[in-house]
Amino acid sequence: MSFRRYLIQRITAVLMAPLIVAHLALILWTSGQGLTAADILSRTRGSLGWGLFYGGFVALAAVHGAIGVRGVAREWSGLRDAALDALMWGFGAVLLGLGLRAVWAVIA
Amino acid sequence: MTAKPRSTAHRRDGLWLAALVHRLSGLALALFLPLHFLALGLAIEGEARLDGFLRWADRTPVKLAEAGLVFLLAVHLLGGVRVLVIEARPWQDGQRRLAGIALAVAALVAGLFLLEAM
Repeated sequence: MSFRRYLIQRITAVLMAPLIVAHLALILWTSGQGLTAADILSRTRGSLGWGLFYGGFVALAAVHGAIGVRGVAREWSGLRDAALDALMWGFGAVLLGLGLRAVWAVIA
Repeated sequence: MTAKPRSTAHRRDGLWLAALVHRLSGLALALFLPLHFLALGLAIEGEARLDGFLRWADRTPVKLAEAGLVFLLAVHLLGGVRVLVIEARPWQDGQRRLAGIALAVAALVAGLFLLEAM
């Protein structure tokens, strides 16, 4: 792994850690309540705070996931650098695109 | 002359297994994320569409799968924090114990989720 990717992987991990703790806490808090779409959307719709939370979470997860998948593929698949880079950028773009679409769906 | 067989003894080491768990949990989470985003994206098509999915998901096999995902997220988080601390701080003994604690706490969190959800 290049030093730049290594550093970005660690920085995104550090930034995501408190978001994951909050996400897990929210999952545990709401899991017994028989969640409906109205419950979710009443919390998120029009909320700048939740928009920033989930938007940031998605961006960090897309970068972290894409670099992580590249690292695993490099060791386990034998792909060359150009293919690994294409995989990383492609997977990251899919995660970012679908993730921001999901955030838009629950916030807007 | 035949090639010397590679030793796989290290694969029985707790810290090698911890690294494998971290890698596999990360990979599984990365593969799950697009599905998670597609499910939430159903809200674009209206509240009823998302509600339909949530009703479909309110069944035992899905809850068990969700508990597995909660375990993966928790174990990846805790394993990642352990790695970050190893890299940023002087080496501390007892890493196998810490990896074991991470596994146990993640299982506990997943168990709590399952108790709440079922």
